[in-house]
Amino acid sequence: MEPTSEQLLWMYEKMVEIREYEETMARVYMEGKLPPKIQKGLAFDISGGPVPGEMHLAAGQEPVAVGVCAHLRKEDTVVGAHRPHHFAIAKNVPLNPMTAEMFGKVTGLGRGKGGHMHLFDPETKFSCSGIVGAGAPQACGAALAAKKLGKDWVAVAFFGEGAANQGAFHEALNLASLWKLPVIFVCEDNKYGISVEKTDSTAIASNADRAAGYGMPGVLVERNNAVDVFKAAGEAVARARRGEGPALIEVKTDRYFGHFQGDPETYRPKGEVARLRENDPIDVLAAELRRQGLLDEATDKTLRSHISARVQAAYTFGRESAYPQPAEALLHVFAE
Amino acid sequence: MTTENKTRILTMAQAISEAIGQEMERDPKVFVMGEDIGKYGGVFSATSGLLDRFGKERIMDTPISETGFMGAAIGAAAEGLRPIAELMFVDFFGVCFDQIYNHLAKNTYMAGGNIRLPAVVMTGIGGGYNDAAQHSQCLYSIFAHVPGLKVVVPSNAYDAKGLMTEAIRDDNPVVYLYHKGIMGLSWMSYFEGSTTFVPEDAYTIQFGKAKVVREGSDITIVTLSQMVQKSILAADKLAAEGISAEIIDLRTLVPLDKETVLKSVAKTGRLLVADEDYLSFGLSGEIAAIVAEHLDTIRLKSPVRRLAVPDVPIPFSRPLEQFVIPQVDNIVSAVRAQLDSQTIFA
Repeated sequence: MEPTSEQLLWMYEKMVEIREYEETMARVYMEGKLPPKIQKGLAFDISGGPVPGEMHLAAGQEPVAVGVCAHLRKEDTVVGAHRPHHFAIAKNVPLNPMTAEMFGKVTGLGRGKGGHMHLFDPETKFSCSGIVGAGAPQACGAALAAKKLGKDWVAVAFFGEGAANQGAFHEALNLASLWKLPVIFVCEDNKYGISVEKTDSTAIASNADRAAGYGMPGVLVERNNAVDVFKAAGEAVARARRGEGPALIEVKTDRYFGHFQGDPETYRPKGEVARLRENDPIDVLAAELRRQGLLDEATDKTLRSHISARVQAAYTFGRESAYPQPAEALLHVFAE
Repeated sequence: MTTENKTRILTMAQAISEAIGQEMERDPKVFVMGEDIGKYGGVFSATSGLLDRFGKERIMDTPISETGFMGAAIGAAAEGLRPIAELMFVDFFGVCFDQIYNHLAKNTYMAGGNIRLPAVVMTGIGGGYNDAAQHSQCLYSIFAHVPGLKVVVPSNAYDAKGLMTEAIRDDNPVVYLYHKGIMGLSWMSYFEGSTTFVPEDAYTIQFGKAKVVREGSDITIVTLSQMVQKSILAADKLAAEGISAEIIDLRTLVPLDKETVLKSVAKTGRLLVADEDYLSFGLSGEIAAIVAEHLDTIRLKSPVRRLAVPDVPIPFSRPLEQFVIPQVDNIVSAVRAQLDSQTIFA
């Protein structure tokens, strides 16, 4: 399945948006976390600044999110993991409340109670979890609901290659195949589970091979390329919509930042990220768009400035929104 | 509710499956999944007869894959369905607790109240039939400890039906724990007091309303589940000695009816908590603490006393098991001891 011009442009715009979002967060996150503004003797203070806590950024991994979400509708469910921004943006979660959530503000998706690993948007049917592998069974549940309701909706579980060694992953694959659920399992192999390389954690080279053990198709996407992901996901989504059951896709992708911001990355070979950036997937897609006559320098510039304005407005919204009243902490344990 | 004479007697298992069946008829979004809940009707008969009525699409046997199906229950509930997921024994929750305490319990809160998870998680609890340490625990305090789960622990068939109906209709996650030794199974001796009149028409029992099972004036016994039945037998023995015990059946731990407990203890001046869970850091300590926090209005005549499993795993051998799980006679002697002791304030 080849992407249409419209789909190519959509993927490009979303990738630019995700990159702008993550690079902005990389800067904003570091505010108030470095000497001399922090406790003496510390090199970094995780609780400092306007966006405290952990921060896992997905710059470099954009092709996975856009290549899959290009096939999704509003009614389809996406369950992400602890590094969720690219999926949320590709699923059209509104930027303002999403960003406000990361600032812990009352205007956030969860009124400041979730933070960046726990984004819930029932409108766009997006959620994520900070627990590795936990989303896969939940995607099965969403797919089961679609089936029971007689809809052709699908559910996508995104997770990292580290999650493929979790029991939850294997249980979910078995359940999805057994019940022929419309789920697409998408594994982002960014080579590292925090610091541990895939070769030190995983018994086989490609998690896509594990699909065979559960009687479903498994596809390995070898390049960090939006069009390649688009093609693999297109088949899997169409198949799921037809009621033919789940599929597993693994994409070899690249993580440009550390596991979390502030990660010293001592486990990473020097110059690795610089080398990866030489073959940046956004540049690759831009070149393809130019080749097809869908993009020129002027339109690219206009497009990027619009995206940048939108992203920066979201950060302003997040920064300037009010915090919840402290006593709000006592609300919402149960739904009203 | 139609008027009927109270001759319609059901076991707790029958009452639970009746409640589920009626709610499934009322609401097509309700379905059940779990291990051996279909043809087998649930290992403890909580879903007996439902497969024949509703078919495999709504009474779904699952693989022995608890993380998988608990997670699926969460995902389905988030989409607006109303799953009931049974996990056979409470002892098995270790294999899927991440889905329960990190997701089912927290997602509504982390979403600022923007999502609802109307799921019922149902499981068997309790010992007394020599199933040893991995099949005999109660553990309800663990679920009550984690914010975000409602916790229901019925003691008899009438309550079991009304509480199950309420649980299914609730928009929040409910953990429903039935004691195996009061289900009225044909293959396990049980306390007959749990087999009661049950109206045929659907009804609900509001959560957070404890029941004064028996009124009394000398001591308050706060209890739940099978221990309610044991406490009633103990109270009969005590009555013969002229001791009047009031029995409070908590029925739900979350929400907890503190008011009924406090009112009763204020009246009797004595508190015994009779619990089948482990002694330390659990229900019995919680009830004692609530009373301690109200000693400005309650005058205790004797120190609070707790009966519970004395912080050991449940042993297999019959005399050992009967020793660690509080029995009717233990309740009787604990009450006697309390009537013989005094607080320094009394």
